[in-house]
Amino acid sequence: MKLEGHELDRTSKTVSLFAWLTVGLLGAAAVAVIAVHRGEPINALWLVVAATCCYALGYRFYSKFIAARILALDALRATPAERLENGRDFLVTNKWVVFGHHFAAIAGPGPLVGPVLAAQFGYLPGTLWVLAGAVFAGCVQDFVILLFSVRRDGKSLTEMAKEEIGRVGGFVAYTAVIAILVILLGVAALIVVNALKESPWGTFTIAMTIPIALLMGLYLRRIRPGKVLEVSVLGFILVLAAIWGGRWASLNPAMAQAFTLQGTTLAKLIIVYGFAASALPVWLLLAPRDYLSTFVKLGTIALLGVGIVALHPTLHMPALTRFVDGTGPVFAGKIFPFAFITIACGAISGFHALISSGTTPKLIARETEARMVGYGAMMAESAVAVMAIIAACVLQPGIYFAINSPAGVVGQTATAATATISSWGFPVTAADMQALAHAVGEQTLFNRTGGAPAFAVGMAHIFSQSLGGATVMALWYHFAVMFEALFILTILDAGTRVARFMIQDALGHIYKPLGRTSWYPSILATSALIVSAWGFFLWQGVKDPLGGINSLWPLFGIANQLLATVALCVATTIIIKMHRARYAAVTLLPLAWLVAVTFTASWHKIFDPNPRVGFLAQAHILAAGPATTATARLIFNNRLDAAVTAVLVVMVALVLIESVRQWITVLRGSEEARVKESPFVMTRLAEERG
Amino acid sequence: MNRFRQATRILLATLREVFDEAAYDRFLYRKQMAVSPASYAAFRQEFEEAKTRRPKCC
Repeated sequence: MKLEGHELDRTSKTVSLFAWLTVGLLGAAAVAVIAVHRGEPINALWLVVAATCCYALGYRFYSKFIAARILALDALRATPAERLENGRDFLVTNKWVVFGHHFAAIAGPGPLVGPVLAAQFGYLPGTLWVLAGAVFAGCVQDFVILLFSVRRDGKSLTEMAKEEIGRVGGFVAYTAVIAILVILLGVAALIVVNALKESPWGTFTIAMTIPIALLMGLYLRRIRPGKVLEVSVLGFILVLAAIWGGRWASLNPAMAQAFTLQGTTLAKLIIVYGFAASALPVWLLLAPRDYLSTFVKLGTIALLGVGIVALHPTLHMPALTRFVDGTGPVFAGKIFPFAFITIACGAISGFHALISSGTTPKLIARETEARMVGYGAMMAESAVAVMAIIAACVLQPGIYFAINSPAGVVGQTATAATATISSWGFPVTAADMQALAHAVGEQTLFNRTGGAPAFAVGMAHIFSQSLGGATVMALWYHFAVMFEALFILTILDAGTRVARFMIQDALGHIYKPLGRTSWYPSILATSALIVSAWGFFLWQGVKDPLGGINSLWPLFGIANQLLATVALCVATTIIIKMHRARYAAVTLLPLAWLVAVTFTASWHKIFDPNPRVGFLAQAHILAAGPATTATARLIFNNRLDAAVTAVLVVMVALVLIESVRQWITVLRGSEEARVKESPFVMTRLAEERG
Repeated sequence: MNRFRQATRILLATLREVFDEAAYDRFLYRKQMAVSPASYAAFRQEFEEAKTRRPKCC
């Protein structure tokens, strides 16, 4: 009997080995096709196969190695969810449920927008960075920070940085979070403005989500308290009706005029909305909208995944474009470092470290589940980024560039823009663009910078190949625009509130009433402060002749990756203090890469002599021209952007220096390596589960 | 069939958790209250304070 069991075990090992070898070979073949294929377009399925195999190998082998050798996950050690259970924040939760929570929190518009913008380099750089970045950096960061937080009673990244690195670490992490939130909210609002400007259909649909959310709020509060899933289904049906109604609004002259808004008008409306969202009670409008957004987000991502696999479209974008040299129209800058800060969330995002050290560690039932939640959810996020790359690259490159290029680069008129883009070797005509705009129910698709419209056109293009055909392309396009705008507006109102609470917490140390989240003078003052800050960046983007995204998205990318640098500094410090220095390369290599990327990008954004890249060079060129009020504002904006970048880099450099000092001290043995973990407590859950 | 049922249960549980229905149930259990507009209002008041502090990623 024992022998049979042994033979069975050996057979099973052989089958497993053979299966994993097949996955490895298939993945290598798919990556090779993506990397070396030139000339003819390739099928999107190659990206899907490459991604699936890389994620499978990364999860099975790399994450298991980290779990076993470095973190030594212990299923018998009680987690804070068990030890500190209070039914609210700390709660033992099913691992799949925690996975759902964690994924819903980390998956924002970033993995959709970044890859679309980076597609100007071709599909290859973005795809390789998303796959390698996720497997070796992003998933690792999310996983280790989650586990370290679990072992410290669910402490935040800021608290861990303070305890393990020093006060400088804590202060920098806090400041970086505020800076990222402010820049992110400004960029997010700009993406919505660019997606909705002069689009009566889109604006009508998004405007309709306000009464729909109000109705949902009343339903939830008065008619069927707590039945969120039910009301979300109802809200989703009403939103679909609003999309259909948008077509009517765009065809009705009076309605079309009322809902055709300029960028500046939309910016003002969004700033007012942001202030109201931060200062007013949330139950009526914001909570239902949040649920609606989650519902649409989960559904659309699943639908897009199924659509790509089932319809396996062809990628028309070449593997590499001429813009790897840094002359790209979507944003200026060479492939290194700019591709790696443009795509953050799909590969590695510092912001994820906040989630991994926020809600999630307080829900994990067993340490061993941190691998699936931390590493696994980031893989799912990375898969979303691959979908975004596919959605952007199924478009004809000429169309992609016509949509994403600002008028300041390609020219003000349709003829000028198409002539410029065609001269780059990506043929497109004004008639093509007019026909496409007509097909999606828009007046024009030129200069719709920000990534969201291009993603929407790509998504509509994929779905219209089967589901309803070209006749419903306009509906799919506006569904995608609604999906992105709803998604972003939710981030906008939730992010503004989060930033307000953070500011109030800090101000509470100076004057106690300012820290009270229910004291209206404090609410109004801090809301105004945060909304003014991101409103400034939004206004700057709307007024920028280069489309705003050119300067703001890299700024956001730098801030976000600098936060990842702080997270990886914390992780490396803890690993060294755990006497696992020989494995420190697991976080040290991604850290070294991020330092190289972010510091180089920051240097270019501040000092590059090319005015399309360097903030100071652009300010200098503007100062040399005729002096007007608009010019003076642009000069100020550029100098401010340069200063913000410089401050962030200097602060992160301080954390880095402080961390290296700690590593040397510990490795030399001149200081005892003492991690600040909570004491070991045996779990009771193991007995309960038998 | 059992696996299908289990998968459906997990999916529903995840959705109920993500959409805070499970949190409302726990609130009712903890406070020994019944489903009503008043209990839901109390739940939202308590829940918002915690929930709106949670960052959501980009």
